[in-house]
Amino acid sequence: MSSRTTPQQDLIRGIWKENPVLVQLLGLCPALAVTNTVANSLAMGMATFFVLLGSSVLVSLLKKWIPKEVRISAYILIIATFVTIADLVLAAVVPDTHKALGAFIALIVVNCMILGRQEAFAAKNTVGRAILDAVGTGVGFFIALLMMGAVREVLGNGTLLGFDVMGPHFEPWVIMILPPGGFLTLGAFLLVFSWWKGRKTETVRPRRWLHGVTTEVGGA
Amino acid sequence: MSEQKLPVMDSRGPEVPNPPVQVSTSSARLIATLAVAGALAGLAIVMVFQWANPQIEAHRALVLAQAITEVLGGPERYETIYLQDGELTPQPADTTGLDRVYVGYDAADQPIGVAMVAGEAGFQDIITVIFGYRPDSGDLMGMKVLESKETPGLGDKIEKDSTFVRAFRDVGTPLFGVKPDRASGDHAEVVMITGATISSRAVINIINHRLEALRDPVGTYWSSPMASAPTTSGTGGGS
Repeated sequence: MSSRTTPQQDLIRGIWKENPVLVQLLGLCPALAVTNTVANSLAMGMATFFVLLGSSVLVSLLKKWIPKEVRISAYILIIATFVTIADLVLAAVVPDTHKALGAFIALIVVNCMILGRQEAFAAKNTVGRAILDAVGTGVGFFIALLMMGAVREVLGNGTLLGFDVMGPHFEPWVIMILPPGGFLTLGAFLLVFSWWKGRKTETVRPRRWLHGVTTEVGGA
Repeated sequence: MSEQKLPVMDSRGPEVPNPPVQVSTSSARLIATLAVAGALAGLAIVMVFQWANPQIEAHRALVLAQAITEVLGGPERYETIYLQDGELTPQPADTTGLDRVYVGYDAADQPIGVAMVAGEAGFQDIITVIFGYRPDSGDLMGMKVLESKETPGLGDKIEKDSTFVRAFRDVGTPLFGVKPDRASGDHAEVVMITGATISSRAVINIINHRLEALRDPVGTYWSSPMASAPTTSGTGGGS
């Protein structure tokens, strides 16, 4: 897989075509739990990006020294270290956001998206390509969280980044900032993505013109 | 029954290519790898902790100081008093593990009230509140939620609904909660929030239980000369 992709593809792949949340359905626990405001989505997205990037660099650098029998344990140890560092830095720098995210910062350790990228890519590729893959996947995760956070905050609170955007007569849809709102928003995004993907991969069908020429239309 | 002939096979079986030789890593190397990785991870975490911890503690102290100032109505300064053997004392030999309250003083160094922190189970998790209490009149001076994981949009109104928060100012004790349509104007009643009754009642109970436990020691300390002659140690900033 990795040998057939270019560095550009390594970078772009995770952002859109293989977006971890909207396409691969990975890392859904934080995507559903902490995206009730844009600020929380930003903090969670940045923390996950930092952990993914740091872990990918270290795993790629140390892959020759990590015996395969203990590779998963070693990857989890590396990921947990970066998560703890992110947790402490957030608590020191943005304590209110850290309080709002609660246990979900610590739970980045068990985000299958991060462990998946280490096992599937970082452990088999050079540091440079591991960085590109981590940046692409991290940005894709960040974008997905931001999209969900924006929709949920606007509908559930009538605000965007704390600023009132819906006017004084808007009655907030409280359900959108509750856990069911996460499922509803994600479901809506998946529906749109599925429709968009289906439209792009529509089967190629022949079209016959009046003058007898047959051409192919549709396709990706 | 017809006799079936079994296929004749070479006793050595079909030829298969030799599988690649699997060289297993020694246990010592596996243990050493994880031990070194664990040690390096621990070192990195300790270094970050050394940098972050003072800032985390400073922020915690700042939040507490702001909350004390808020619930005591802006004292000039406050002093930390410890509960030891059922009595409040300003300077115990060892403060480790001791329960504490905060006495606020005005510009003339006269005590104006006592702030107390308490926590109990709410609807989702433990709710921690701080409240100001005036021992001479038995009234509350104010309340602020320090920590809560109550349902967003419903239970979290105990800290976001300004009417509910204001209801804890100049109200008699022990408190009792009433539904909005049952309000009678009693000095000790607090109107609970519709849709957040459990969380509202939890806040009321937290304050009542804490006052029940500390009313006597606080009253004794308040009437003693110690309250009006504060020490200079264990003080905090005021407004």
